[in-house]
Amino acid sequence: MSKVTLATTWLDGCSGCHMSLLDIDERLIDIADKIDVVYSPLVDMKEYPEQVDVAIVEGAVSSEEDLHKIRMIRSRTKILVALGDCAVAGNIPTMRNKFSREELLDVAYIKSATENPQHPSEVIPALLPKAVPLHEVVDIDVFVQGCPPSADTIFHTIAELLAGRIPADLTEHTRPGA
Amino acid sequence: MTQQIVIDPVTRIEGHSKITIQLDDTGNVADARFHVTQYRGFEKICVGRPFYEMPALMGRICGICTISHMLASAQACEEVMSVRVMGTARRLREVVNYASLIQSHALSFFHLSSPDFLLGMDSDPAKRSIFGLMESNPEIARDGVRLRRFGQRIIELMAGKRIHPTWIVVGGVSERLSPETREEILGMIPEAYEILQRTLGWFKRTLEDYREEIRIFADFPSLFMGLVDEHDEKHEIYRGRIRIADVNGKVVAEFHRNRYQEFIGEAVEPWTYLKFPYYLPEGYPDGIYRVGPLARLNILDRLGTPMADQELVEFKDLNRLSSFHYHLARLIECLHAVERIEQYMADPAILGNRVRAVANANVDSGIGVTEAPRGTLIHHYTVDEQGLITGANLVVSTTHNNLAMNRGVLQTARRYVDGNKLTEGMLNRVEAVIRSFDPCLSCSTHAYDRLSLDVELRGPEGELLDEVLR
Ligand code: SF4
Repeated sequence: MSKVTLATTWLDGCSGCHMSLLDIDERLIDIADKIDVVYSPLVDMKEYPEQVDVAIVEGAVSSEEDLHKIRMIRSRTKILVALGDCAVAGNIPTMRNKFSREELLDVAYIKSATENPQHPSEVIPALLPKAVPLHEVVDIDVFVQGCPPSADTIFHTIAELLAGRIPADLTEHTRPGA
Repeated sequence: MTQQIVIDPVTRIEGHSKITIQLDDTGNVADARFHVTQYRGFEKICVGRPFYEMPALMGRICGICTISHMLASAQACEEVMSVRVMGTARRLREVVNYASLIQSHALSFFHLSSPDFLLGMDSDPAKRSIFGLMESNPEIARDGVRLRRFGQRIIELMAGKRIHPTWIVVGGVSERLSPETREEILGMIPEAYEILQRTLGWFKRTLEDYREEIRIFADFPSLFMGLVDEHDEKHEIYRGRIRIADVNGKVVAEFHRNRYQEFIGEAVEPWTYLKFPYYLPEGYPDGIYRVGPLARLNILDRLGTPMADQELVEFKDLNRLSSFHYHLARLIECLHAVERIEQYMADPAILGNRVRAVANANVDSGIGVTEAPRGTLIHHYTVDEQGLITGANLVVSTTHNNLAMNRGVLQTARRYVDGNKLTEGMLNRVEAVIRSFDPCLSCSTHAYDRLSLDVELRGPEGELLDEVLR
């Protein structure tokens, strides 16, 4: 049986959802021979493959590059999983939405700077006016709530996907803020 | 127009970033920069919220060092209440803090960096990961998973949840320790010692093979900063005096957390969202300093526990200016943390009932400083009379190392990168120097991935000369 290709990435998140994925502990070793991790912050392949079976995405869409990236991932991925409350519902990243980008940058780069106060603007990407959850910009196949979802929930989700099933209802396993 | 190499994204680190390398006309490295490219705005989104919400909110800055952010935040809030957490509650917090140090260091050492040492800097990038190790070095991969689990499991048992628990509250902790939990944790300790002794053994032998990298990976003089125990000359990660020492370990400055702004300045560069803290008396950028495991071992002569202190003696004989030795420093700190957890858990007072103080806001500002796994972490809040946050300043561990990471990237690129014939391994070394610092970029801000080409070499007119796909 050929391995299932798996990609994981983080957009505007805290990496807690990825850590919860690692929290499946030795079960990660047990499933390692069934999956081929083709793109992830944990591996060195730097290009997203043309075709991927399952992508697990943490975090909200907050910068222009996040937007570009999630659209590209959607177009090359069979099953897209929104992992955690930031990806599912916006959560922490969207707390900035009531402030303008200028206000947000002022507090860190003007107010508290003792040398060269300025808004960074070269080489780095601009923030979108508002951060949004993934489903506002692409179609999502599986929503996994929680901040972060527990390791057991994540393992259940992956096990179902490996068995060829889409885990439709995860409310027995997790809830927002869990 | 100069030629430029872009490494994007930097992998096997926390958060997103990229590296650009500028070449001169002969293909030699002229300059190199480490860019962090996203900004999250926690200093703004907290404004207007009650101070006692801060630990839970600020913990969401980072899913790896949640505990550190919660503790720095809680300590700042306790200053606002004019309350100091002592006795059992403090000990419980310290145990969880040591557990957090272990899980974070295990992640950095095993999951992120060890593929470079075990498989080689030039090995196949498709295999150079924790998943590759599960095939090639299954025992070591398992040790890494188990050691990380040791830390995470202690947090789960004591705080109720591994990531973003609600147990650390302003004024103490929400629940006392049960005798059953204490027994379970004590039962886990022997395996942690075994893993660490085994790992220290093979890693110290491996250092022989990396003599050259040790001389190149951010090996330069700088100041070092970290906390020391409030009363004693020993290692401290929960709360203490802030010390800055020079290359010989001589104390240059030592001060109370409330005075941090007299000693630490912050500069901004237009090409990165990550600020550049510097030692104010020396100015920018001369006031370069490092924080984290290497710094914490360089500012002191003892950790304060027997096994770790024995390792420290050997460590002091190494070249302590090389950032390559962050890795070994991480293992020694893990050993120290297990010893401390064992010691604190053995004390019957750890089962005490008084674990939480209650008070309102009594003064209008508070500063909390703790040692996160990656270095000194400062949370500074101001509040109004109702206790609503009016302002926040965060100086986060990874940020302190920004000047040193940039200088290290340049030093490594100069030595290894040949613009006339790029190889993947050359560029992996430039990333590996960043990995040695174990940056945590969602903590400070974090970045985006550019998905097209990974490394490209362009000529004066912008034409593609060479590329490395990884
Ligand atoms: S859902 Fe929670 S754990 Fe996951 S990225 Fe967002 S803040 Fe972090």
